[in-house]
Amino acid sequence: MSDNTPEEAKVRPPERQYPDPKVKLKQEPPTTGHSWDGIEEYDNPMPRWWLWTFYATIIWAVVYWVLYPAWPMVRGATPGLLGYSSRGEVVEEIAEFEQRNLAFFERLNDTELEVISDDPELQSFAVNAGSSVFAAQCSQCHGAGGAGVQAAGYPNLLNDEWLWGGTMEDIHQTIRYGIRNEDYADARWSQMPAFGQDGLLDEEEIDQVVHYVLQMSGQEYDAELAEAGFEVYDWNCASCHGDDGGGDYFQGAPALNTAIWLYGGDYDTLWESVYYSRFGVMPGFAERLRDAEIRAVAAYVHQLGGGQ
Amino acid sequence: MGFLNQHKKLEKHATLLLVLSFLVVTIGGIVQIVPLFYLENTIEEVEGVRPYSPLELTGKRLYVREGCYNCHSQMIRPMRDEVERYGHYSLAAESMYDHPFQWGSKRTGPDLARVGGRYSDDWHVQHMIDPQSVVPESIMPSYAFMMNRTIDGEHIEDLLRTYRLVGVPYTDEMMENARADFRAQADADADHSGLLERYPGAQTRNFDGQPELTEMDAIIAYMQVLGTMVDFSTFVPDPSR
Repeated sequence: MSDNTPEEAKVRPPERQYPDPKVKLKQEPPTTGHSWDGIEEYDNPMPRWWLWTFYATIIWAVVYWVLYPAWPMVRGATPGLLGYSSRGEVVEEIAEFEQRNLAFFERLNDTELEVISDDPELQSFAVNAGSSVFAAQCSQCHGAGGAGVQAAGYPNLLNDEWLWGGTMEDIHQTIRYGIRNEDYADARWSQMPAFGQDGLLDEEEIDQVVHYVLQMSGQEYDAELAEAGFEVYDWNCASCHGDDGGGDYFQGAPALNTAIWLYGGDYDTLWESVYYSRFGVMPGFAERLRDAEIRAVAAYVHQLGGGQ
Repeated sequence: MGFLNQHKKLEKHATLLLVLSFLVVTIGGIVQIVPLFYLENTIEEVEGVRPYSPLELTGKRLYVREGCYNCHSQMIRPMRDEVERYGHYSLAAESMYDHPFQWGSKRTGPDLARVGGRYSDDWHVQHMIDPQSVVPESIMPSYAFMMNRTIDGEHIEDLLRTYRLVGVPYTDEMMENARADFRAQADADADHSGLLERYPGAQTRNFDGQPELTEMDAIIAYMQVLGTMVDFSTFVPDPSR
């Protein structure tokens, strides 16, 4: 490699002059006495702010030992002067909020269900308390917003279609005792026969009645099959679902003449519902929640959109 | 300062430094760890906590296998918001038979310490197959394959034996009946008297609704027992602990 750089460019810039660090110091600080290969180490004191912070943490630790549970002894840890325990704290905190809510809970218990909404202050408390109960206890199935899950047959609570009635009394009763559970004698109960599985209708008749229901709910249908389906419906379904398919709250029979479906309103889903029958279950909350909480969550559900 | 000057010797002697460092760490460890084994409030015994039944234990193994602990904790802390959402705060005794314990350290999903009885089996099946169908905001992946993986409890007795080795009090009787109990728990028509005697309060039914015994049965059996062993209507926690 030949070097073509002109000679004058090769001249190095003058070395930078650094100030001698020792000049600024009043006197040379002592060294630690360590010396490795001639390199020595100054023994400067720690910065004062650092030292004081360090001492403060030591004092803080001693204060903490006295006030809070700290040292493990033979029989147990030292309890500390404040008597703190995380378990005690949560009990106290819950009791405090309990106390704050108590007056409202009592008012809720003493107010007739139907007139809770006439008292704006109480209604506002009930809806808020009810929404937190709903989030913890109901949203699992009915969804965080109350829209339900059609795939699993968890009813939508936002519309004005009800299975067991949408008045405050009805909703309250349903929440208290649940639906088709064996825990409560007062649980809502009804059972649709599995028309196909149990041999009550043959597949042709099911096909006809499904088309009749399609017609009833304003969907596309086969006129001939639907006409034959009317008789099947009249004999087998009308006693619960009503002559016009309007449903029946007393038997939890869903309306069939609307576009709102519990499991789905297409041909296949309807066919399956008639053949195998379906019914959802809901646990009762009479023992899981306090009365006031049940009343609150009833008020919350009632005002979601479809309360009657 | 003659004593402090001795420090120089330490700094220049690697082996001595190692030995003395080890000594310091040992003392620190003893002070922190040993009291956990004798202090009464760390070993609070609580009525109702029993070893997992063979099927529940299998479910727990699946829980670990699938890494559920990466997103779910099993530890309700003693704080008002947690107690109101999840239920009574967790007790140490409730995970005394967990090896390894599943407290977890991150909640991408909710805490599961008391998930037992909160949801129906149908809900669990639906949720495992397609979590978003029941919880639209969920980012949990699907575990639908568990429906297709049949299990027969072939090594369940060995599994119980292994757990006994690390301190879970499985009796000889439990070992002998392990495989029968394993099958009986997910069979609604089986005779459950022995199973219930060995594992009081065990829930017995066909968990996934399929005739075969699958991993889904096991994981749901495990979900449904979580946090249900202690009866909090009768248990009164000592507030000072």
